[in-house]
Amino acid sequence: MSAKPRLGVFKFASCDGCQLSLLDAEDELLAVAGAVDIAFFPEASSRMEPGPYDVALVEGSITTAHDAERIHEVRRESKFLMTIGACATAGGIQALRNWGDSEEFVRAVYAHPEYIQTLATSTAIADHVKVDFELRGCPINHHQLVEVLASLIAGRKPRTPTHAVCLDCKRKGTVCVTVAQGIACLGPVTQSGCDAICPSYDRGCYGCYGPLKQANPTSLADHLVQLNHPPAQLVPLFRSFNGYAEEFRGVGDGMERRMKDEG
Amino acid sequence: MSTTTTQTSPADPSALDDRLFLARDNLQALIDLLVAQGHQVIGPKIDQGAIVYTEIQSVDELPRGWTDIQQPGQYRLEKRNDDAYFGFVVGPHSWKRYLFPPITTIAVADQTPQGWEMRGHPGPTPKYAFLGVRACELAAMRVQDRVFLEGPYVDPIYQSRREEAVIIAVNCTQAAATCFCTSMKTGPECQSGFDLALTETAGGFTVVIGSTRGRALAEQLPLRPAVAEEQAAARAGRERAEQQVTKQFDTTDIRDLLLKNLNHPHWADVAERCLSCTNCTMVCPTCFCSSVVDVGDLAGEHVERERRWDSCFNLDFSYMNGGVIRNDVRSRYRQWLTHKLASWIDQFGQSGCVGCGRCITWCPVGIDLTVEVAALRSETAV
Amino acid sequence: MIDTSHATVAPRPVGVNPWVPSTVRIQAIRPEITDVATYDLEFVDDEKGARFRFLPGQFNMLYLPGVGEVAISISGDPAQHGTLAHTIRKAGNVTAALAKLPVGATLGLRGPYGTSWPIETARGNDVILVAGGIGLAPLRPVVCDIVTNRSSYGRVSILHGARNPEGLLFPSEYEHWRANGIDFQTTVDRAADGWTGSVGVVTLLLDRLPLPNPAETVLFACGPEVMMHYTTKTAMGRNVDPGHIWLSTERNMACAIGLCGHCQFGPVFVCKEGPVFNYERIAPYLTIEGL
Repeated sequence: MSAKPRLGVFKFASCDGCQLSLLDAEDELLAVAGAVDIAFFPEASSRMEPGPYDVALVEGSITTAHDAERIHEVRRESKFLMTIGACATAGGIQALRNWGDSEEFVRAVYAHPEYIQTLATSTAIADHVKVDFELRGCPINHHQLVEVLASLIAGRKPRTPTHAVCLDCKRKGTVCVTVAQGIACLGPVTQSGCDAICPSYDRGCYGCYGPLKQANPTSLADHLVQLNHPPAQLVPLFRSFNGYAEEFRGVGDGMERRMKDEG
Repeated sequence: MSTTTTQTSPADPSALDDRLFLARDNLQALIDLLVAQGHQVIGPKIDQGAIVYTEIQSVDELPRGWTDIQQPGQYRLEKRNDDAYFGFVVGPHSWKRYLFPPITTIAVADQTPQGWEMRGHPGPTPKYAFLGVRACELAAMRVQDRVFLEGPYVDPIYQSRREEAVIIAVNCTQAAATCFCTSMKTGPECQSGFDLALTETAGGFTVVIGSTRGRALAEQLPLRPAVAEEQAAARAGRERAEQQVTKQFDTTDIRDLLLKNLNHPHWADVAERCLSCTNCTMVCPTCFCSSVVDVGDLAGEHVERERRWDSCFNLDFSYMNGGVIRNDVRSRYRQWLTHKLASWIDQFGQSGCVGCGRCITWCPVGIDLTVEVAALRSETAV
Repeated sequence: MIDTSHATVAPRPVGVNPWVPSTVRIQAIRPEITDVATYDLEFVDDEKGARFRFLPGQFNMLYLPGVGEVAISISGDPAQHGTLAHTIRKAGNVTAALAKLPVGATLGLRGPYGTSWPIETARGNDVILVAGGIGLAPLRPVVCDIVTNRSSYGRVSILHGARNPEGLLFPSEYEHWRANGIDFQTTVDRAADGWTGSVGVVTLLLDRLPLPNPAETVLFACGPEVMMHYTTKTAMGRNVDPGHIWLSTERNMACAIGLCGHCQFGPVFVCKEGPVFNYERIAPYLTIEGL
């Protein structure tokens, strides 16, 4: 590619952690910065040039009517749109509102609820516009981000692993926390990305990288119930950073229905 | 060192059965001897709630007085009522992580003015001594030998590590509920493939010499002839292990049973439960699938080819020409099971399963391959 | 009766670290059809080049450092030494990166790997080659042998199918092949303006092909699995012995040396026992989905 691709980084409802991951990349970032023309990145630079952009990195979910329109503008201005992080890819932790009453939350939190304009739901970017590539994680792994950017520059497909977290545990020699300690862990249904940090500290996986492709969370949840994990605790486990991702949502909702049926 | 072994030919280990004895207090001498010979001793140790294989230097690091209780999808450590060093079965690790490492560089490429230059990875070969290798694990090494050493191409990494490794086997004196070595004819007693084989008794270990390297080790160890009571105790321990293997796995005509039922509805039944998470393949001591990825510097002028453990349960494993061949859990579980138990026989002349039970214990949802095969067998009109 | 007892031992690399590629240089690039080009490669080490032998149907692993490795069948004349032709379609990361390399660039090569078409068995008999799209590339070395040793073969037909007329491979060679007594036929799934040839699947050509001696006919096929399945069915329906049919299959060969497990197809490793199989060896597995 002779001309440097123009990169825009856009923020929607999010904590900015994924953009910070890009800034955290330091050495690699310099190489990236040399290879791309960063035209729009308010978190890092005051330079904000109008589109069109070759690559748009989109962080955050859609939670307001304004954002629901703005994402269409970003899409129109961008050749390649990539979501970064769990908010943009699955709605994020703020998608917990999707199971509650957002008006009630607003009334409870804000002194002047009349100034708050928000949608009843937090939804993924892909629910609104076509997404070309999804980079998972809460937050994203900056090595993966650099790999994806490098692949875009080189004109090849990104090489980000799609296996379960379990494979990383096993390569590292981490003992399975579910089998050896009975801890509820989402590793078997979660996509790799963090190099299996939590199980190496005797914690179960929280599913930060979202559901594994063709995941079977129902089987895992059924088994965890057999291991005497109360469904009342499993529902929130599935409903976290990627809780609104279809596969996890289905399991949480199913368990909740059963809990209601069983009184 | 007693004079009996130096004068006896090691050609027939059974002739030496239990004749030698290493007192319990002298187990450290064995570790010290291996270390003195430049070996990194890898042995069992308690870590993360399990008995794993890792570097040890002292008998104090061994899981003395602990045992493992296993069932499908569950592993727990429990206190024993004695001080046995090897009073457990097998854990989540296998020796394959030392012979066929999870991540290893196999080749490097450098950009030079004359173009790319490529060479093998010159890294030093670790000189391991494995302490506590069980009969099923000896069988697993022989299975991987056929894959990595006895085909048309030899893997130089496995080869060099395997040649260097000293193997101190330990006979099982108990079995877990997940063990089925007797069905796979791999145990519980160590028959061959070791340098020394120990059987633990209350006062120490009876010793069998299995190789010239083992004999050389024995000559430098404080061994004495075993007395009849010690021999009887060792025999009783091994018999106890055999009696405790209660899991039976009918392998009659298993190759045809599986390869002639590739469209059997039972595969879909397993897929309802299977997570396709790769755990069974990772803990299996014979699974050898891997992928090679290029890891480069930023300038792209120095590239290392890294071989990493991979699994037939991964979607991308069968990626070809823009598509995935095994595009559902059903076909991936079928691939694993038919390979392990059936097509391995076509490929390497023996089963890929040694009956260690790891895939049963370490499946997060407790899928038991012997139960699945039995179910398929019972649902098949022969 | 066809003698299928010839035990051809295909050449393979020996006595070297099987993971380490040799450096080869791109000698020439010949664009063939859209997204397909033939790369002539030569070893940087002349001695290695002089020693390199292959049989028709074998493949090499081509390696682009930093990008990856890919299995590519050799499409050149096995009798011609020094230059190795590979006809490559731009499909994945490696082939796309390869397509950007100029003449003179270097890359890695390991090989040759795999089994070969049973040339010895084919000689003295009638031969049908069935090729779908890029599947003609692994069969081209066979055509080279037929052209060079035409009198050793009986009737020879090549049935080549492609999606459209632009997908027909090696068009500049058809005349030469026909001039050497080869019945070369083409068909396309979708015609284009000016196309006066056959439209339809390649098995239609096989259906219409005169087969005076089915018992003395061997058939080699390479193409999509579904094409090979129907080709085999049609051939058997016309009394070609299933034991006289060979297929070149494709799986994701990653190591090519039987150590990585990727290319399993039922009980076989395609890299070691294949890619060229006698039909009877793999027949039970051809119709199993997701194998």
